[in-house]
Amino acid sequence: MSARAFDEHPLQTVDTPGGDLVVAGVSKRYGGVPALSDVSLTIEPGKVHSLIGENGAGKSTLGKIISGVIEPDEGTLTLGGVPLVLRSPREAIAKGIITIAQELAIVPALTVAENVYLGSEVTRGGFVRRRESRRRFRELADHVGFDLSPDVRAGNLSTADQQKVEIMRALSRNASIVVMDEPSAALSSNESAALHEIIRSLARRGSAVVLISHFLSEVLSLSDTITTLRDGHLVRTVDAAGATEDSLIEGMLGRSLSSVFPQKAPVDESAPIVLEVDHLSAPGVTDCSFVLHRGEILGISGLVGAGRSELARAIFRDAKVSHGSVRLGGSNLTGHSPHRSIGRGLVLIPESRKEMGLLMGRSVKENISLSRLDLVSRLGWIAGFRERRAVSKLMEKTTVKAANMALPATMLSGGNQQKLLFARSLMCSPSVLIADEPTRGVDVGSKRAIYDLLVEMAQEGMGIIVISSELEEVLGLAHRTLVMRHGRFTADLRGDEMNEQSVLAAAFAETNAT
Amino acid sequence: MTNQTTEQLDPLHDSDSGDGGGGGLRLGGLRMLNSWRTAGIAIPFLILFVTLSITSQPFLHTTNLINILDQQSATLCIAAAGTLVLVAGGIDLSVGATYGLATVVAGEIAAHHSPVLAIGAAILVGLFVGLINGLIVTVFKINALITTLAMSFVIGGLAVKVSGGNLIVLSSNSGFFKFANAQFLTVPSAVWMTLVFVVILGLLLSRTAFGRFTVASGGNAEAARLAGVRVNLIRVVAFTLSGGAAGLGGVIDISRLLSAQAGSGGNALAFTVLAGIVVGGTSIAGGEGSVWRTGIGVLFIALIGNGIDLLGVDPLYQQIVLGVILLIAVGLDSWARQRRR
Repeated sequence: MSARAFDEHPLQTVDTPGGDLVVAGVSKRYGGVPALSDVSLTIEPGKVHSLIGENGAGKSTLGKIISGVIEPDEGTLTLGGVPLVLRSPREAIAKGIITIAQELAIVPALTVAENVYLGSEVTRGGFVRRRESRRRFRELADHVGFDLSPDVRAGNLSTADQQKVEIMRALSRNASIVVMDEPSAALSSNESAALHEIIRSLARRGSAVVLISHFLSEVLSLSDTITTLRDGHLVRTVDAAGATEDSLIEGMLGRSLSSVFPQKAPVDESAPIVLEVDHLSAPGVTDCSFVLHRGEILGISGLVGAGRSELARAIFRDAKVSHGSVRLGGSNLTGHSPHRSIGRGLVLIPESRKEMGLLMGRSVKENISLSRLDLVSRLGWIAGFRERRAVSKLMEKTTVKAANMALPATMLSGGNQQKLLFARSLMCSPSVLIADEPTRGVDVGSKRAIYDLLVEMAQEGMGIIVISSELEEVLGLAHRTLVMRHGRFTADLRGDEMNEQSVLAAAFAETNAT
Repeated sequence: MTNQTTEQLDPLHDSDSGDGGGGGLRLGGLRMLNSWRTAGIAIPFLILFVTLSITSQPFLHTTNLINILDQQSATLCIAAAGTLVLVAGGIDLSVGATYGLATVVAGEIAAHHSPVLAIGAAILVGLFVGLINGLIVTVFKINALITTLAMSFVIGGLAVKVSGGNLIVLSSNSGFFKFANAQFLTVPSAVWMTLVFVVILGLLLSRTAFGRFTVASGGNAEAARLAGVRVNLIRVVAFTLSGGAAGLGGVIDISRLLSAQAGSGGNALAFTVLAGIVVGGTSIAGGEGSVWRTGIGVLFIALIGNGIDLLGVDPLYQQIVLGVILLIAVGLDSWARQRRR
């Protein structure tokens, strides 16, 4: 209906004022809680302006105000001196302000090209001109250097490729301002490099790029200007040239972070083996074998799509295993249900906490006790007091910060949400924990808390597998690192062999040098 | 800091856990009123109740109120179990047909055999239909709406087969009649049974591990599964309970009315039940809901019908009002879910 109106005014001809976007004294409250307080900044065309801060600092809120998703309670926006009132993302798009969101907005059933031109279809007389849109798509794909087929269903693509679709959608609209919220969180390092090149070329073309990112190295290498937010307040806006990672962290935390990773505890090589994976093959996984000792942290690295999460699911017996075995504490793990695996002492913290981990609308308490309600109930009847006592202990141990345990998970910051999954896992008292991307979308302070937790759990005798796209995370935590490529292990690194160079070499290796 | 805040809250929670004690109920009530979902149905219900009390003389009569409850017995039982299905992320449109099948099965057996056999057989038939529904939905992964809609045709046909298409009429002096009509404290046994059934299902959903798993299965099935919840098992149980409740509802009604016909119930009942659940604020998308609110929702709809009768308003307005209320209820639900994101 409203899309029709758009067809008649193709976006390509929308006049895009190229002036400064001035945000003046903007405030936003959610249910009385200030998310953003009196923030003012200027976004200039042709520059990359980064917004950084811990989760809950207000950077995404600011991004959403700029892109018209939410309206500020106070303060004004002006674009090139003209007051800018955005009541919807649609109005922002009409002004040339395009957003690439943290959560992907892809229609899985439509093809790649249809997704790219969604809402701005190339039409004649109300009919979509398929050939023309395909031609334009190819041009655009060539221009940005993405290798995507226009006719594949978007739902069949990997997360990284779906993100490319979103980026192409933004580019197809000749944006004057592009807001990117955590664009590289789901990308592998070579894909990130391609994204960085696109961001730079956008700026060269005269667009302003607002980049919201947790990756400080990314922020430093791309930005012209960096604004740091803390608890909804603007800490400072600085020239990127004069900033360092330390100065940024100091601004975000209000203190300096002495070291990012906790001290590695030595692992006892003679400690009993808790998990033995033997020639395991499953969809996306080919012939993987390794052993995990008590108290050991094993890192699994590799590019996105290398089969890391698939391996985790196969070990967890949540995928059809075609060959090989998983031995847990000396006996074979059988059956095909997470229920059985958890009962045997194997727990998985899945890669996406919102889709696969938490019940976002339910309370902290319910989320934590879900896996082991049997511990706090008798004949199926939940003993309220015992449950609250157990949950409160686990919250303390995992340092979950929540006003109370009846709060829904959605009210918590990303870091605290992730800690809920750790609390739930701890309640299962597992012998093996697989943590898939344990700190994705988590702020710096919570990251450290999660690292401490992982190390502590290992010291208490758990065997831990950490899967991460952040190389430094694997290197900083693991006693031993396995690198995957195309579903196989390409390197098994320990001690001094573990460094960025050797991991990257194995992750990109063309031949299998096991 | 975390520790302190949880500690501060604990005393309040502790007194709440006086399982079923007066304090527990009071605080529980307070907490429930905090939710807008509760307010969304409780306030309109109270307003309607008070309005009817003022505008219609006969309304507040005990006889009228007991009559309403008696008439709604079957619907209340079926909607209570249907709430579990909806919360678990399913939907059961076959309850009307199952109810019809249960009435004719009970009628045919009660005409010649013992009432106990008739009651037992009808409820078992309901449970069996529910079990089949649950297995099709989980094992074959067929959409619950389509499965139960298709099942309702199959069962409807079976019911005609069982009754031979005839109206079954029972005599009022049989023991079967007493099942739903025995008076206790001037209230018929149908109402008592319904009360017990609804309370049990309410506690099952809100206070047991099964209830938590039900909520988890509907709220985020993938997350629940990975956390070790046997989502399929939970859903099969929910569907089975729903079928069983339809069987029970059918038995209650044939005992009350002493007549049964294959077509009774049907899709109209299935939709009335669904309307009651949704008006009660249970999310159509699963993962959120409460049995006692469903009770209020069903009674709210019943009051509208009763009020329109008593006030002599053209009955056609009942449908229009009901439709508008349904839209408001569904709208509020989707608004709430969007806000949560």
